[in-house]
Amino acid sequence: MANKIEVRDFSFFYDDFQALHGLNVPIKQHQITALIGPSGCGKSTFLRCLNRMNDTIKNTRAEGEVLLDGKNIYDLDVDVTELRQRVGMVFQRPNPFPQSIYDNVAFGPRVLGMDKNEPLDEIVRQSLMGSGMWDEVRHRLKDSALELNPGQQQRLCIARAIAVKPEVILMDEPCSALDPVATLHVEELMRQLASEYTIVVVTHNMQQAARASHWTGFFWLGRLVEFSETGTLFSSPQDGLTEAYITGRRG
Amino acid sequence: MTRQQVQKVAVGSITAVAIVAVLPIVVIIGFILVQGIGAINLTFLTSAPSNGMRDGGILPAILGTLILTLGTAIVCIPIAVAAAIYLAEYAGDTRLTRWVRLAIVNLAGIPSIVYGLFGLGVFVLFLGFGTSILAGSLTLGIMTLPVVISTAEEAILAVPQRFRVVSLSLGATRWQTIWHQVLPHALPGIITGIILGLGRAAGETAPILFTVAAFYLPDLPSSIFDQTMALPYHLYAISTQVPDMPLSIQYGTALVLLMIVLSLTLVAALFRTRMRRRRTW
Repeated sequence: MANKIEVRDFSFFYDDFQALHGLNVPIKQHQITALIGPSGCGKSTFLRCLNRMNDTIKNTRAEGEVLLDGKNIYDLDVDVTELRQRVGMVFQRPNPFPQSIYDNVAFGPRVLGMDKNEPLDEIVRQSLMGSGMWDEVRHRLKDSALELNPGQQQRLCIARAIAVKPEVILMDEPCSALDPVATLHVEELMRQLASEYTIVVVTHNMQQAARASHWTGFFWLGRLVEFSETGTLFSSPQDGLTEAYITGRRG
Repeated sequence: MTRQQVQKVAVGSITAVAIVAVLPIVVIIGFILVQGIGAINLTFLTSAPSNGMRDGGILPAILGTLILTLGTAIVCIPIAVAAAIYLAEYAGDTRLTRWVRLAIVNLAGIPSIVYGLFGLGVFVLFLGFGTSILAGSLTLGIMTLPVVISTAEEAILAVPQRFRVVSLSLGATRWQTIWHQVLPHALPGIITGIILGLGRAAGETAPILFTVAAFYLPDLPSSIFDQTMALPYHLYAISTQVPDMPLSIQYGTALVLLMIVLSLTLVAALFRTRMRRRRTW
Protein backbone atom coordinates (compact mmCIF):
# COMPACT_ATOMS: atom_id res chain seq x y z
CA MET A 1 0.00 0.00 0.00
CA ALA A 2 1.39 3.37 -1.04
CA ASN A 3 2.42 5.95 1.49
CA LYS A 4 0.66 9.26 0.83
CA ILE A 5 2.79 10.97 3.42
CA GLU A 6 6.11 9.79 4.70
CA VAL A 7 7.50 11.51 7.77
CA ARG A 8 11.24 11.06 8.26
CA ASP A 9 13.32 11.97 11.31
CA PHE A 10 10.99 14.85 11.99
CA SER A 11 11.49 17.11 15.00
CA PHE A 12 9.67 20.26 15.95
CA PHE A 13 10.56 23.04 18.36
CA TYR A 14 8.68 25.85 20.09
CA ASP A 15 11.57 28.17 20.89
CA ASP A 16 13.92 25.95 22.91
CA PHE A 17 11.27 23.39 23.78
CA GLN A 18 11.44 20.30 21.60
CA ALA A 19 7.84 19.14 21.09
CA LEU A 20 8.51 16.32 18.63
CA HIS A 21 11.50 13.98 18.66
CA GLY A 22 12.72 12.39 15.45
CA LEU A 23 9.42 10.99 14.24
CA ASN A 24 9.10 8.44 11.46
CA VAL A 25 5.48 7.95 10.44
CA PRO A 26 4.02 6.40 7.29
CA ILE A 27 0.56 7.68 6.33
CA LYS A 28 -1.11 5.23 3.97
CA GLN A 29 -3.12 6.46 1.02
CA HIS A 30 -6.92 6.25 1.34
CA GLN A 31 -6.73 4.95 4.87
CA ILE A 32 -7.61 6.44 8.22
CA THR A 33 -4.66 6.90 10.52
CA ALA A 34 -5.47 7.66 14.14
CA LEU A 35 -3.03 9.34 16.50
CA ILE A 36 -3.63 8.70 20.18
CA GLY A 37 -1.86 9.68 23.35
CA PRO A 38 -2.30 11.80 26.45
CA SER A 39 -2.79 15.57 26.33
CA GLY A 40 0.37 17.44 25.51
CA CYS A 41 2.06 14.44 23.90
CA GLY A 42 2.55 16.31 20.65
CA LYS A 43 -0.07 14.63 18.48
CA SER A 44 -1.88 17.86 17.60
CA THR A 45 1.42 19.62 17.01
CA PHE A 46 2.38 16.79 14.69
CA LEU A 47 -0.92 17.04 12.83
CA ARG A 48 -0.45 20.77 12.31
CA CYS A 49 3.00 20.12 10.89
CA LEU A 50 1.47 18.11 8.06
CA ASN A 51 -0.05 21.22 6.46
CA ARG A 52 2.40 23.68 8.02
CA MET A 53 -0.26 25.44 10.08
CA ASN A 54 2.43 25.75 12.75
CA ASP A 55 4.13 28.25 10.46
CA THR A 56 1.68 30.82 11.79
CA ILE A 57 3.13 30.45 15.31
CA LYS A 58 6.21 32.55 15.94
CA ASN A 59 9.58 31.12 16.92
CA THR A 60 8.88 27.59 15.81
CA ARG A 61 11.29 25.40 13.91
CA ALA A 62 11.02 22.10 12.06
CA GLU A 63 13.77 19.60 11.27
CA GLY A 64 13.60 16.53 9.10
CA GLU A 65 11.27 15.76 6.24
CA VAL A 66 7.57 15.42 5.59
CA LEU A 67 7.24 13.89 2.14
CA LEU A 68 3.88 14.37 0.44
CA ASP A 69 3.90 12.15 -2.64
CA GLY A 70 7.67 12.10 -2.29
CA LYS A 71 8.12 15.87 -2.11
CA ASN A 72 9.27 17.48 1.13
CA ILE A 73 6.64 20.05 2.12
CA TYR A 74 9.26 21.98 4.10
CA ASP A 75 11.33 22.64 0.97
CA LEU A 76 11.80 26.33 0.27
CA ASP A 77 10.08 26.18 -3.12
CA VAL A 78 6.82 24.85 -1.66
CA ASP A 79 3.83 27.20 -1.88
CA VAL A 80 2.07 26.79 1.47
CA THR A 81 -1.29 27.90 0.11
CA GLU A 82 -1.13 25.13 -2.47
CA LEU A 83 0.02 22.69 0.21
CA ARG A 84 -2.96 23.61 2.41
CA GLN A 85 -5.32 23.17 -0.51
CA ARG A 86 -3.96 19.63 -0.90
CA VAL A 87 -3.87 18.91 2.83
CA GLY A 88 -7.08 20.19 4.41
CA MET A 89 -7.98 20.46 8.05
CA VAL A 90 -10.97 20.02 10.34
CA PHE A 91 -10.66 21.51 13.80
CA GLN A 92 -11.57 20.48 17.30
CA ARG A 93 -14.46 22.87 17.77
CA PRO A 94 -16.92 23.36 14.93
CA ASN A 95 -15.82 26.73 13.58
CA PRO A 96 -18.01 27.80 10.67
CA PHE A 97 -17.61 31.37 9.49
CA PRO A 98 -20.50 33.57 10.66
CA GLN A 99 -21.90 33.47 7.13
CA SER A 100 -24.42 31.45 5.21
CA ILE A 101 -24.08 27.70 4.79
CA TYR A 102 -23.44 28.27 1.10
CA ASP A 103 -20.75 30.90 1.63
CA ASN A 104 -18.96 28.71 4.14
CA VAL A 105 -18.55 25.93 1.61
CA ALA A 106 -17.90 28.31 -1.28
CA PHE A 107 -15.17 30.30 0.47
CA GLY A 108 -12.28 27.95 -0.33
CA PRO A 109 -13.20 27.41 -4.00
CA ARG A 110 -13.67 31.17 -4.39
CA VAL A 111 -10.29 32.20 -3.04
CA LEU A 112 -8.57 29.46 -5.00
CA GLY A 113 -10.33 30.50 -8.20
CA MET A 114 -11.83 27.03 -8.67
CA ASP A 115 -15.13 28.55 -9.78
CA LYS A 116 -13.51 29.40 -13.12
CA ASN A 117 -13.50 25.73 -14.08
CA GLU A 118 -16.65 24.50 -12.42
CA PRO A 119 -19.87 26.23 -11.37
CA LEU A 120 -19.73 27.17 -7.70
CA ASP A 121 -23.25 25.82 -7.10
CA GLU A 122 -22.08 22.43 -8.26
CA ILE A 123 -18.98 22.44 -6.03
CA VAL A 124 -21.12 23.40 -3.05
CA ARG A 125 -23.70 20.71 -3.80
CA GLN A 126 -21.10 17.99 -4.18
CA SER A 127 -19.23 19.02 -1.06
CA LEU A 128 -22.41 19.00 1.02
CA MET A 129 -23.32 15.62 -0.45
CA GLY A 130 -19.83 14.45 0.41
CA SER A 131 -20.37 15.36 4.04
CA GLY A 132 -23.80 13.74 4.00
CA MET A 133 -25.83 16.84 4.72
CA TRP A 134 -27.11 17.98 1.34
CA ASP A 135 -30.67 16.80 2.00
CA GLU A 136 -30.68 18.48 5.42
CA VAL A 137 -29.64 21.89 4.18
CA ARG A 138 -30.44 22.10 0.46
CA HIS A 139 -33.47 24.30 1.13
CA ARG A 140 -31.68 26.60 3.57
CA LEU A 141 -28.33 27.26 1.93
CA LYS A 142 -28.74 30.99 2.56
CA ASP A 143 -29.33 30.52 6.29
CA SER A 144 -26.55 31.33 8.71
CA ALA A 145 -24.27 28.40 9.43
CA LEU A 146 -24.49 29.31 13.12
CA GLU A 147 -28.12 28.18 13.19
CA LEU A 148 -27.02 24.57 12.67
CA ASN A 149 -26.50 22.30 15.68
CA PRO A 150 -22.90 21.47 16.65
CA GLY A 151 -22.92 18.12 14.86
CA GLN A 152 -24.19 19.71 11.68
CA GLN A 153 -21.69 22.53 12.03
CA GLN A 154 -18.84 20.05 12.22
CA ARG A 155 -20.08 18.24 9.12
CA LEU A 156 -20.37 21.62 7.42
CA CYS A 157 -16.72 22.22 8.31
CA ILE A 158 -15.90 18.89 6.70
CA ALA A 159 -17.85 19.94 3.60
CA ARG A 160 -15.93 23.21 3.61
CA ALA A 161 -12.65 21.29 3.81
CA ILE A 162 -13.47 18.90 0.96
CA ALA A 163 -14.80 21.72 -1.23
CA VAL A 164 -11.23 22.64 -2.23
CA LYS A 165 -10.68 19.04 -3.34
CA PRO A 166 -7.88 18.09 -0.97
CA GLU A 167 -5.98 14.81 -1.09
CA VAL A 168 -5.45 14.53 2.64
CA ILE A 169 -7.78 15.63 5.46
CA LEU A 170 -6.34 16.26 8.90
CA MET A 171 -8.83 16.08 11.76
CA ASP A 172 -7.89 17.43 15.17
CA GLU A 173 -10.18 15.76 17.69
CA PRO A 174 -13.15 16.43 15.42
CA CYS A 175 -15.70 14.90 17.78
CA SER A 176 -14.56 16.15 21.16
CA ALA A 177 -17.21 18.90 21.18
CA LEU A 178 -20.01 16.64 19.91
CA ASP A 179 -22.58 14.41 21.59
CA PRO A 180 -22.40 10.61 21.08
CA VAL A 181 -24.94 10.54 18.23
CA ALA A 182 -23.21 13.32 16.30
CA THR A 183 -19.89 11.60 17.02
CA LEU A 184 -21.06 8.34 15.39
CA HIS A 185 -22.34 10.38 12.48
CA VAL A 186 -18.93 11.96 11.92
CA GLU A 187 -17.11 8.63 12.33
CA GLU A 188 -19.40 7.08 9.74
CA LEU A 189 -18.62 10.02 7.47
CA MET A 190 -14.87 9.52 7.99
CA ARG A 191 -15.14 5.92 6.84
CA GLN A 192 -16.99 7.00 3.69
CA LEU A 193 -14.48 9.73 2.96
CA ALA A 194 -11.56 7.32 3.29
CA SER A 195 -12.37 5.86 -0.12
CA GLU A 196 -11.44 9.18 -1.71
CA TYR A 197 -9.21 10.89 0.81
CA THR A 198 -6.32 10.06 3.07
CA ILE A 199 -7.37 10.87 6.62
CA VAL A 200 -5.28 11.54 9.69
CA VAL A 201 -7.27 11.97 12.89
CA VAL A 202 -6.07 12.96 16.33
CA THR A 203 -8.29 11.63 19.07
CA HIS A 204 -8.49 11.35 22.81
CA ASN A 205 -11.07 8.70 22.47
CA MET A 206 -9.54 5.25 22.16
CA GLN A 207 -12.82 3.60 21.26
CA GLN A 208 -13.00 6.04 18.37
CA ALA A 209 -9.51 5.12 17.19
CA ALA A 210 -10.35 1.45 17.52
CA ARG A 211 -13.71 1.82 15.73
CA ALA A 212 -12.84 4.20 12.95
CA SER A 213 -9.20 3.85 11.95
CA HIS A 214 -7.06 1.47 9.93
CA TRP A 215 -3.75 2.49 11.46
CA THR A 216 -2.96 3.83 14.89
CA GLY A 217 0.06 5.65 16.24
CA PHE A 218 0.63 6.07 19.95
CA PHE A 219 2.42 9.26 21.02
CA TRP A 220 4.12 9.76 24.34
CA LEU A 221 6.05 12.90 25.28
CA GLY A 222 6.71 13.93 21.70
CA ARG A 223 7.82 10.49 20.58
CA LEU A 224 6.01 7.92 18.50
CA VAL A 225 6.06 4.88 20.76
CA GLU A 226 4.23 2.47 18.54
CA PHE A 227 2.63 2.47 15.13
CA SER A 228 0.79 -0.42 13.55
CA GLU A 229 -2.52 -1.59 12.19
CA THR A 230 -5.28 -0.59 14.53
CA GLY A 231 -6.40 -4.13 15.30
CA THR A 232 -2.87 -5.21 16.15
CA LEU A 233 -2.11 -2.18 18.27
CA PHE A 234 -5.19 -2.60 20.42
CA SER A 235 -5.12 -6.42 20.69
CA SER A 236 -1.42 -7.01 21.13
CA PRO A 237 0.56 -3.83 21.79
CA GLN A 238 4.30 -4.39 21.61
CA ASP A 239 5.30 -1.65 24.01
CA GLY A 240 4.53 -1.60 27.70
CA LEU A 241 3.62 2.10 27.59
CA THR A 242 1.11 1.54 24.83
CA GLU A 243 -0.50 -1.29 26.71
CA ALA A 244 -0.65 0.76 29.90
CA TYR A 245 -2.25 3.66 28.06
CA ILE A 246 -4.87 1.77 26.08
CA THR A 247 -5.90 -0.24 29.10
CA GLY A 248 -6.27 2.98 31.05
CA ARG A 249 -3.44 2.50 33.50
CA ARG A 250 -1.47 5.49 32.19
CA GLY A 251 -2.83 8.67 30.74
CA MET B 1 -21.89 49.69 59.95
CA THR B 2 -23.20 46.37 58.83
CA ARG B 3 -22.14 44.86 55.52
CA GLN B 4 -25.52 45.83 54.11
CA GLN B 5 -25.07 49.44 55.16
CA VAL B 6 -21.59 49.55 53.62
CA GLN B 7 -23.10 48.18 50.43
CA LYS B 8 -25.77 50.91 50.37
CA VAL B 9 -23.23 53.67 51.02
CA ALA B 10 -20.90 52.32 48.33
CA VAL B 11 -23.59 52.06 45.68
CA GLY B 12 -24.97 55.45 46.70
CA SER B 13 -21.65 57.20 46.41
CA ILE B 14 -20.57 55.73 43.07
CA THR B 15 -24.01 56.56 41.68
CA ALA B 16 -23.58 60.13 42.88
CA VAL B 17 -20.13 60.36 41.29
CA ALA B 18 -21.52 59.00 38.02
CA ILE B 19 -24.19 61.68 38.04
CA VAL B 20 -21.58 64.37 38.77
CA ALA B 21 -19.58 63.11 35.79
CA VAL B 22 -22.55 63.45 33.44
CA LEU B 23 -23.77 66.74 34.85
CA PRO B 24 -21.32 69.11 33.11
CA ILE B 25 -22.18 67.66 29.71
CA VAL B 26 -25.90 68.09 30.32
CA VAL B 27 -25.40 71.62 31.66
CA ILE B 28 -23.16 72.72 28.78
CA ILE B 29 -25.45 71.32 26.11
CA GLY B 30 -28.53 72.68 27.88
CA PHE B 31 -26.99 76.11 28.36
CA ILE B 32 -25.91 76.44 24.74
CA LEU B 33 -29.24 75.08 23.55
CA VAL B 34 -31.21 77.62 25.59
CA GLN B 35 -28.97 80.54 24.66
CA GLY B 36 -28.52 79.63 21.02
CA ILE B 37 -31.84 78.21 19.87
CA GLY B 38 -33.30 81.70 19.42
CA ALA B 39 -30.70 82.56 16.77
CA ILE B 40 -31.39 79.49 14.67
CA ASN B 41 -33.67 80.07 11.72
CA LEU B 42 -33.60 79.46 8.01
CA THR B 43 -31.77 82.71 7.22
CA PHE B 44 -29.12 81.97 9.85
CA LEU B 45 -28.43 78.56 8.33
CA THR B 46 -28.61 79.54 4.66
CA SER B 47 -27.04 82.96 4.29
CA ALA B 48 -23.59 84.51 4.59
CA PRO B 49 -22.64 86.83 7.43
CA SER B 50 -23.26 90.52 6.86
CA ASN B 51 -22.71 93.87 8.58
CA GLY B 52 -19.26 92.93 9.86
CA MET B 53 -20.67 89.49 10.88
CA ARG B 54 -23.11 91.08 13.32
CA ASP B 55 -26.02 90.05 11.08
CA GLY B 56 -26.87 87.36 8.62
CA GLY B 57 -26.01 83.69 8.85
CA ILE B 58 -23.17 81.22 8.95
CA LEU B 59 -23.68 79.18 5.78
CA PRO B 60 -20.06 79.53 4.52
CA ALA B 61 -18.76 78.32 7.87
CA ILE B 62 -21.13 75.33 7.97
CA LEU B 63 -20.23 74.30 4.44
CA GLY B 64 -16.54 74.91 5.14
CA THR B 65 -16.63 72.60 8.13
CA LEU B 66 -18.43 69.91 6.13
CA ILE B 67 -15.89 70.22 3.30
CA LEU B 68 -12.97 70.05 5.72
CA THR B 69 -14.48 67.00 7.42
CA LEU B 70 -14.80 65.31 4.04
CA GLY B 71 -11.22 66.30 3.20
CA THR B 72 -10.04 64.92 6.53
CA ALA B 73 -11.80 61.64 5.77
CA ILE B 74 -10.17 61.37 2.35
CA VAL B 75 -6.71 61.98 3.78
CA CYS B 76 -7.09 59.97 6.94
CA ILE B 77 -9.10 56.84 6.11
CA PRO B 78 -6.85 55.11 3.55
CA ILE B 79 -3.64 55.76 5.50
CA ALA B 80 -5.13 54.88 8.88
CA VAL B 81 -6.79 51.66 7.73
CA ALA B 82 -3.69 50.52 5.86
CA ALA B 83 -1.52 51.27 8.87
CA ALA B 84 -3.92 49.44 11.19
CA ILE B 85 -3.92 46.37 8.95
CA TYR B 86 -0.15 46.42 8.83
CA LEU B 87 0.20 46.78 12.59
CA ALA B 88 -2.44 44.19 13.48
CA GLU B 89 -1.73 41.54 10.86
CA TYR B 90 1.79 41.88 9.51
CA ALA B 91 4.01 43.82 11.91
CA GLY B 92 5.68 41.52 14.31
CA ASP B 93 7.45 42.76 17.39
CA THR B 94 10.60 44.18 15.87
CA ARG B 95 12.63 47.29 16.59
CA LEU B 96 11.00 49.03 13.61
CA THR B 97 7.42 48.25 14.64
CA ARG B 98 8.12 49.26 18.22
CA TRP B 99 9.24 52.63 16.90
CA VAL B 100 6.16 52.89 14.70
CA ARG B 101 3.85 52.15 17.63
CA LEU B 102 5.70 54.61 19.83
CA ALA B 103 5.35 57.25 17.13
CA ILE B 104 1.59 56.67 16.89
CA VAL B 105 1.11 56.93 20.65
CA ASN B 106 3.10 60.15 20.65
CA LEU B 107 1.19 61.56 17.70
CA ALA B 108 -2.01 61.19 19.71
CA GLY B 109 -0.50 63.25 22.51
CA ILE B 110 0.67 66.22 20.43
CA PRO B 111 -1.32 69.42 21.10
CA SER B 112 -3.48 70.43 18.17
CA ILE B 113 -1.81 73.83 17.85
CA VAL B 114 1.44 72.01 17.07
CA TYR B 115 -0.35 70.23 14.22
CA GLY B 116 -1.48 73.65 13.07
CA LEU B 117 2.06 74.98 13.02
CA PHE B 118 3.30 71.80 11.37
CA GLY B 119 0.65 72.22 8.66
CA LEU B 120 1.64 75.85 8.20
CA GLY B 121 5.30 74.95 7.85
CA VAL B 122 4.98 71.88 5.64
CA PHE B 123 1.80 72.19 3.58
CA VAL B 124 1.16 75.93 3.40
CA LEU B 125 4.74 77.16 3.01
CA PHE B 126 7.13 74.37 2.09
CA LEU B 127 4.88 72.49 -0.33
CA GLY B 128 3.33 75.76 -1.46
CA PHE B 129 -0.32 74.75 -1.11
CA GLY B 130 -0.98 78.14 0.46
CA THR B 131 -3.71 78.69 3.02
CA SER B 132 -6.13 76.27 1.45
CA ILE B 133 -8.65 73.49 1.92
CA LEU B 134 -5.93 71.09 0.77
CA ALA B 135 -3.49 72.19 3.46
CA GLY B 136 -6.22 72.22 6.12
CA SER B 137 -7.50 68.76 5.18
CA LEU B 138 -3.99 67.31 5.24
CA THR B 139 -3.31 68.87 8.64
CA LEU B 140 -6.60 67.67 10.13
CA GLY B 141 -6.16 64.26 8.46
CA ILE B 142 -2.75 63.74 10.03
CA MET B 143 -4.03 64.90 13.40
CA THR B 144 -6.86 62.34 13.16
CA LEU B 145 -4.58 59.44 12.16
CA PRO B 146 -3.52 58.14 15.58
CA VAL B 147 -6.99 57.75 17.03
CA VAL B 148 -8.32 56.05 13.90
CA ILE B 149 -5.28 53.78 13.62
CA SER B 150 -5.62 52.71 17.24
CA THR B 151 -9.35 51.99 17.10
CA ALA B 152 -9.04 50.23 13.74
CA GLU B 153 -6.16 48.10 15.00
CA GLU B 154 -8.19 47.12 18.06
CA ALA B 155 -11.17 46.23 15.87
CA ILE B 156 -8.97 44.03 13.68
CA LEU B 157 -7.35 42.31 16.65
CA ALA B 158 -10.81 41.64 18.12
CA VAL B 159 -11.73 39.37 15.19
CA PRO B 160 -11.44 35.80 16.51
CA GLN B 161 -8.21 34.06 15.54
CA ARG B 162 -10.10 30.95 14.42
CA PHE B 163 -11.46 32.74 11.34
CA ARG B 164 -7.90 33.42 10.20
CA VAL B 165 -6.74 29.90 10.97
CA VAL B 166 -9.60 28.27 9.06
CA SER B 167 -9.16 30.58 6.11
CA LEU B 168 -5.43 29.83 5.88
CA SER B 169 -6.10 26.11 6.27
CA LEU B 170 -8.29 26.25 3.17
CA GLY B 171 -5.41 27.56 1.09
CA ALA B 172 -6.27 31.26 1.20
CA THR B 173 -3.35 33.67 1.18
CA ARG B 174 -2.84 35.99 4.12
CA TRP B 175 -4.20 38.89 2.12
CA GLN B 176 -7.31 36.95 1.07
CA THR B 177 -7.79 35.99 4.70
CA ILE B 178 -7.57 39.61 5.81
CA TRP B 179 -9.79 40.86 3.01
CA HIS B 180 -12.53 38.22 3.19
CA GLN B 181 -12.54 37.03 6.79
CA VAL B 182 -11.01 39.74 8.94
CA LEU B 183 -11.94 43.15 7.55
CA PRO B 184 -15.68 42.44 7.14
CA HIS B 185 -15.90 41.60 10.84
CA ALA B 186 -13.67 44.49 11.86
CA LEU B 187 -15.49 47.02 9.70
CA PRO B 188 -18.07 48.20 12.27
CA GLY B 189 -15.31 48.97 14.75
CA ILE B 190 -13.19 50.66 12.11
CA ILE B 191 -16.09 52.83 10.95
CA THR B 192 -16.93 53.79 14.52
CA GLY B 193 -13.35 54.92 15.03
CA ILE B 194 -13.41 56.91 11.79
CA ILE B 195 -16.62 58.73 12.71
CA LEU B 196 -15.34 59.59 16.19
CA GLY B 197 -12.07 60.83 14.70
CA LEU B 198 -13.91 62.98 12.17
CA GLY B 199 -16.13 64.35 14.92
CA ARG B 200 -13.05 65.54 16.75
CA ALA B 201 -11.54 67.00 13.57
CA ALA B 202 -14.75 68.90 12.77
CA GLY B 203 -14.59 70.73 16.08
CA GLU B 204 -10.88 71.64 16.10
CA THR B 205 -9.77 75.26 15.77
CA ALA B 206 -6.01 75.26 16.18
CA PRO B 207 -5.07 73.02 13.22
CA ILE B 208 -7.10 75.12 10.77
CA LEU B 209 -6.08 78.48 12.22
CA PHE B 210 -3.02 78.94 9.99
CA THR B 211 -3.74 76.39 7.29
CA VAL B 212 -7.18 77.09 5.86
CA ALA B 213 -9.55 79.19 7.91
CA ALA B 214 -10.70 82.55 6.57
CA PHE B 215 -11.88 85.29 8.87
CA TYR B 216 -14.56 86.49 6.51
CA LEU B 217 -15.20 84.94 3.13
CA PRO B 218 -18.83 85.09 2.09
CA ASP B 219 -18.22 83.37 -1.25
CA LEU B 220 -18.12 79.62 -1.21
CA PRO B 221 -14.81 77.97 -2.17
CA SER B 222 -14.47 76.78 -5.74
CA SER B 223 -11.34 74.64 -5.51
CA ILE B 224 -9.22 72.83 -2.95
CA PHE B 225 -6.68 75.66 -3.17
CA ASP B 226 -9.20 78.17 -1.83
CA GLN B 227 -9.55 79.22 1.76
CA THR B 228 -12.80 78.62 3.51
CA MET B 229 -14.57 79.70 6.63
CA ALA B 230 -15.15 77.01 9.23
CA LEU B 231 -17.38 76.87 12.29
CA PRO B 232 -14.80 76.47 15.08
CA TYR B 233 -12.64 79.31 13.80
CA HIS B 234 -15.68 81.46 13.04
CA LEU B 235 -16.84 80.99 16.60
CA TYR B 236 -13.41 81.93 17.89
CA ALA B 237 -13.33 85.00 15.61
CA ILE B 238 -16.76 86.36 16.47
CA SER B 239 -16.21 85.75 20.18
CA THR B 240 -12.87 87.54 20.39
CA GLN B 241 -12.28 89.73 17.35
CA VAL B 242 -15.59 91.45 16.67
CA PRO B 243 -16.73 94.23 19.00
CA ASP B 244 -20.44 94.51 19.85
CA MET B 245 -21.13 90.99 18.61
CA PRO B 246 -24.68 89.90 19.54
CA LEU B 247 -24.47 86.99 22.01
CA SER B 248 -27.30 85.14 20.30
CA ILE B 249 -25.25 84.72 17.11
CA GLN B 250 -22.28 83.44 19.11
CA TYR B 251 -24.42 80.89 20.91
CA GLY B 252 -26.26 80.04 17.72
CA THR B 253 -22.94 79.28 16.02
CA ALA B 254 -21.80 77.22 19.00
CA LEU B 255 -25.07 75.29 18.88
CA VAL B 256 -24.70 74.45 15.19
CA LEU B 257 -21.12 73.27 15.71
CA LEU B 258 -22.15 71.25 18.73
CA MET B 259 -24.98 69.63 16.78
CA ILE B 260 -22.68 68.62 13.91
CA VAL B 261 -20.13 67.05 16.28
CA LEU B 262 -22.78 65.44 18.47
CA SER B 263 -24.64 63.98 15.53
CA LEU B 264 -21.41 62.41 14.26
CA THR B 265 -20.82 60.88 17.69
CA LEU B 266 -24.43 59.77 17.88
CA VAL B 267 -24.24 58.11 14.47
CA ALA B 268 -21.13 56.27 15.63
CA ALA B 269 -22.82 55.12 18.82
CA LEU B 270 -25.99 53.95 17.07
CA PHE B 271 -23.98 52.20 14.39
CA ARG B 272 -21.90 50.40 16.97
CA THR B 273 -24.93 49.25 18.95
CA ARG B 274 -26.65 48.02 15.82
CA MET B 275 -23.61 46.08 14.64
CA ARG B 276 -23.03 44.59 18.07
CA ARG B 277 -26.56 43.31 18.12
CA ARG B 278 -26.14 41.75 14.71
CA ARG B 279 -22.85 40.13 15.61
CA THR B 280 -23.30 36.46 16.18
CA TRP B 281 -19.99 35.29 17.55
